[in-house]
Amino acid sequence: MSEFHLYMAQRLSALVMAPFVIVHIGVMIYAIQGGLSAAEILGRTQGSAFWFAFYGMFVVAVSIHAAIGLRTILGEWAGLRGGARDAVSAAIGLGLLALGAQAVWAVTV
Amino acid sequence: MPERDHLTVTVQRGGPNEPLRPQTFEVPAYENQTVLDVVSWIQQNADPTLTYRFACRVGMCGSCAMMVNGVPRWTCRTHVSKVLDGNAIEVGPLRNLPVIKDLAADMDPFFDKWVAAEGQHHPTRTRDEDIAPIDPVTDERQAANAGIECINCSVCYSACDTVAGNPDYLGPAALQRAWTLYNDAKDADRNAILDAVSGKGGCHSCHSMGSCTAYCPNELDPLSAIAGLKRATAKRFFGGRK
Repeated sequence: MSEFHLYMAQRLSALVMAPFVIVHIGVMIYAIQGGLSAAEILGRTQGSAFWFAFYGMFVVAVSIHAAIGLRTILGEWAGLRGGARDAVSAAIGLGLLALGAQAVWAVTV
Repeated sequence: MPERDHLTVTVQRGGPNEPLRPQTFEVPAYENQTVLDVVSWIQQNADPTLTYRFACRVGMCGSCAMMVNGVPRWTCRTHVSKVLDGNAIEVGPLRNLPVIKDLAADMDPFFDKWVAAEGQHHPTRTRDEDIAPIDPVTDERQAANAGIECINCSVCYSACDTVAGNPDYLGPAALQRAWTLYNDAKDADRNAILDAVSGKGGCHSCHSMGSCTAYCPNELDPLSAIAGLKRATAKRFFGGRK
């Protein structure tokens, strides 16, 4: 992937995340009014195709967005170059994807 | 009458063949005095081996740019009274460039990047054809005009923290040059320009911190030029025509 394609992937993933972040925070604030237990949350999310798709796409977008951003920071701040920088940032992206997918699976399936 | 007799001027000395070290001089203070006057006084009266660069002395050539108290400036257009820190000034070579000796920075990387950003004219006509008329009021021409007064002093390049962190980054001046050509009705190869600024270290490396625009002594706006290139490359990505 060229620098330009990474740039576009990061901007487009940000575009995807923006409404997700707002809905995520908005629903949390709305749902916890009057108290909410873990069992009640899971009761609403488990088996829900909507929340699976919502958080599934959110996790994919976060993994792409964060890995590309950290790749820049690794280059400018930590001085990593070339293949080492790409490998570390790809590993971070895959790690975020694995952790996020595990959470989405546990809460919505 | 000046309020003080002398200034304490610390100058960075050294280069590739000798260690970098600060050297302090006491320089007579005058009511009207530029930083370039101070550096010249040191070279003419205290140490003739001090190396620095200047030409026009009136802010037209851009040769005398140096770091003054950590800020890149044209020294010929910087009055001492505006930058004095107590009674002291620190002068060094431009940041983000190799040092040749003392206050003279090596401008080669700066100009190499102009070339790498495709900062060259791609003609639409040959010498046998009539000169193309240019409409001065079009948006494109206005965008090109906004950047053409750049005199390549490298102040923006030295001010840029992205250049400091990313040696591949083409820098504000080269990218602004590319943007002026991109908007020039007489330029025939806009795709070559967008290709050149989309590669490693191209316009997408810019973090929009804006030091280029903040420090440009000509009050140009490379930040907006780079934003224009980002927009143009994104439009091309989605198949849009200019």
